[in-house]
Amino acid sequence: MTVKELAEKMNLKIFCGETNLDRTIEGCYVSDLLSDVMGNAKSGMAWITLQTHQNVAAIASLKDLSCIILVKGFEPEEDTLQHAVEEEIPVLGTSQQTFETAGQVYQLIC
Amino acid sequence: MVFEYPVQGGDFTNAGTVSSKVKKMMRQLGVDAGVIKRTIVALYEAEVNIVAHAYKGVITVQLDSDKIYIKLDDEGPGIPDINQAMQRGYSTASPEVREMGFGAGMGLPNIKANSDVLEVHSVVGKGTTVEITNNF
Repeated sequence: MTVKELAEKMNLKIFCGETNLDRTIEGCYVSDLLSDVMGNAKSGMAWITLQTHQNVAAIASLKDLSCIILVKGFEPEEDTLQHAVEEEIPVLGTSQQTFETAGQVYQLIC
Repeated sequence: MVFEYPVQGGDFTNAGTVSSKVKKMMRQLGVDAGVIKRTIVALYEAEVNIVAHAYKGVITVQLDSDKIYIKLDDEGPGIPDINQAMQRGYSTASPEVREMGFGAGMGLPNIKANSDVLEVHSVVGKGTTVEITNNF
């Protein structure tokens, strides 16, 4: 499934990365600990988190993640957005909690 | 090829910049993707450690045809007990740093797991040197 299809099916808000929505999502990682993501996420995964600061974009780029999904209505900070645009990382958002978000992603891609 | 990059303590805005540059450089040189991934995990964690714990530091990257050697030299508080610091879950990070999702005590274990050779030397009150070597 592509990032675009996931965003449409889950009605996710797209903060940036419109030109990179054709990426295929290969699994998903759920964590708010950055070292955990750094050490364990695999390239192509979608990343569900509530962290909104710029280092999230840096990690997504370094790990070649397919997209970031922010939960609970959180929005990316201005410099996060800027960094994500530069690194071509789609940043998406939902008003749902992490549990519901992860559950839906699981049903859609697994 | 040898490159040097300065890193400023506390500058979370630019944390990961050096890792990003090194990643691009390794890609351009056609280094194996698996080696790039491991190296970048180790380097990013070590770079963030300078930002989170030290006053300032210098990262020296030496790229050869068969390996990458990275030295991270910082001026900072140093590590009193390196064995303790290497343990998963042990951290001295500030509450602010933890709030950002760093400081979970996973950094040094991540570095170790993603380095072929890792050397950590530290002098309390002076600073820490981390040396990472990964073979291609």
